[in-house]
Amino acid sequence: MTFYIPQDTTALALGADAVAAALQAAGNEPVRNGSRGLFWLEPLLEVETDQGRIGFGPVGAEDIPSILDALSDDASAHPLYQGEIAAIPYLASQQRLTYARSGEGDPLCLDNYRRLDGFTGLKNALALSGQQIVDQVKESGLRGRGGAAFPAGIKWQTVHDCDAAQKYIVCNADEGDSGTFADRLVMESDPYQLIEGMTIAGLAVGATQGYIYLRSEYPKAHQLLNAAIEKATVANFLGDNIQGSGKRFDLEVRLGAGAYICGEETSLLESLEGKRGMVRAKPPLPAIEGLFGKPTVVNNVLTLAAISTILAQGAAAYQNFGMGRSRGTLAIQLAGNIKRGGLIELAFGVTLRQVVEDYGQGTFSDRPIRAIQVGGPLGAFLPESQWDTPMDYEAFAAIKAMIGHGGVVVFDDTADMAAQARFAMEFCVAESCGKCTPCRIGSVRGVEVIDRIVDGENRDDNLILLHELCDTMEMGSLCAMGGMTPFPVRSALTHFGQDFGTSSQDLSGSGDH
Amino acid sequence: MGVGRLSSHQTQGAVSTLVEQYKDLPGAMLPLLHAIQAELGYVPDSAVPVIAKGLNLSRAEVHGVISFYHDFKTHPVGKHSVQICRAEACQSMGSRQLEAHAKALLGVDYHETTADGNITLEPVYCLGNCACSPSIRIDDDIHARVSPERFEQLISQLGVSK
Repeated sequence: MTFYIPQDTTALALGADAVAAALQAAGNEPVRNGSRGLFWLEPLLEVETDQGRIGFGPVGAEDIPSILDALSDDASAHPLYQGEIAAIPYLASQQRLTYARSGEGDPLCLDNYRRLDGFTGLKNALALSGQQIVDQVKESGLRGRGGAAFPAGIKWQTVHDCDAAQKYIVCNADEGDSGTFADRLVMESDPYQLIEGMTIAGLAVGATQGYIYLRSEYPKAHQLLNAAIEKATVANFLGDNIQGSGKRFDLEVRLGAGAYICGEETSLLESLEGKRGMVRAKPPLPAIEGLFGKPTVVNNVLTLAAISTILAQGAAAYQNFGMGRSRGTLAIQLAGNIKRGGLIELAFGVTLRQVVEDYGQGTFSDRPIRAIQVGGPLGAFLPESQWDTPMDYEAFAAIKAMIGHGGVVVFDDTADMAAQARFAMEFCVAESCGKCTPCRIGSVRGVEVIDRIVDGENRDDNLILLHELCDTMEMGSLCAMGGMTPFPVRSALTHFGQDFGTSSQDLSGSGDH
Repeated sequence: MGVGRLSSHQTQGAVSTLVEQYKDLPGAMLPLLHAIQAELGYVPDSAVPVIAKGLNLSRAEVHGVISFYHDFKTHPVGKHSVQICRAEACQSMGSRQLEAHAKALLGVDYHETTADGNITLEPVYCLGNCACSPSIRIDDDIHARVSPERFEQLISQLGVSK
């Protein structure tokens, strides 16, 4: 029997090390695998038995003796028994491409990665020209998974076509949105997939240096990525003359320093260059003048990870998933006040209600769901009337919401939506880079105006003022920080107006939003 | 982090050594600041001119970078860093109550250090552990589903801090 107990941040935060120690004390050395992202079951103990790979969860160190007893008798009689891992409905119903390997084995084991089809994409890419790789990415329909959903192939083409001695691949791993952990899960459970995707990107556009800009809030991912890069370099999947091809690609992790704005690509580039993370005006596009002024591909972790799948299985296979212009799979991260939170990888098109009800099984607190925030702190709060919207970039844009990076944060009926709107402004105060006045000052004024509305001070006038302030921020900011902070604020006003001390009929404001 | 109090002479020596080590790295500033902070626990004002000279920048530029990022401290901090997540997923699971409890228990506000120098309390915006909120970070360890009672337990493991 082989035992597996994860080493990802969430499993560790729930006591996985103590479980591992209890297994060791009983004479069973566990494999420290990655997590499958079924976080409601973590720490999830998996056991490879004659009857297949079965699971127990959530497991504490104190459960180990009884589980070991059950394994020598009737495992299914144990109260924490979850059955065969692959048959757990939460997992079995997903369409896992990016997360197919997640949790299967030790994330740093190269043999395990290769056994599970790893480096197939790289092998295929090494036989293609740069243009042929770019064509594959275009055909796949892959759009950037960081939030902006820009077609990856077009960005790559621009960098490919630039004539420059030095180009860069930059991975945006500054996953700052609340409710998101998809990038972290890739980096902690399947880091070679990201390394492979970045190497393919380098081959495609002719870049020999890559940087992963990782947020400092992810110490475990930092440790695992560095270890994975070292092992991949020793095994010649990185460095000079990759697998005898004569091609070169070097990769380095750079740590951020706790600034949300550095998830914005131009701010990230400034930060990588060693400066304040101030947003740059575009043009010039980073694809043409990016890091250190050179042509640069900046893609999110999930975008680059998907590249490995696309090159391994073909553009058509990837393109077959999804709806409309949203192709492939979406990594939905179910979080907040939810019974069964975790990573749900599905083709675009599932509704929010299916996600929170079928997968999530309602709130952790057992109270009714009141609001769902999708897409991080700049995403709208959605009331029940909007939960049947399919998760697709265009469908969400049509209701003034966004999919963003795929975070879904659930609030129960005790949530104070005026307080959440105030927080949206407060967050912008803390995290604005300061370049645009509407964002830097507007957010400060926004907090004050919301306070006045809630206190009932000149409510009608202040509501008009708040809407006008939101207009100014939306139209007068260079990036999404100032430009989209009004989304959660306005959605709270529109759909949860009673929390602001008045009825929603009074809240139409000056604009027609 | 940190190695207790060093003399200003030792501090300058440590900073100069790190500047030499990092100055030729492309985009050296953040890696260098992280290294200085890992060594000294914070980035002292006296490091600014040394960094500026080494990286061929003005002191204003160096100060500008240090002050931009939440991570960089310009004063000595506690032996342990305790960060409470303030982001939305944690709020939906009671982090506002948790932060009030933490401040009352430790007798400090955010960005302050307990009188015994043991703990510095900080806010953090997301630890990526949002399916099992509320989350806190103590030094490099993340903890999930932290109730006020659990918080007290975790703090008591760090030694006296009241």
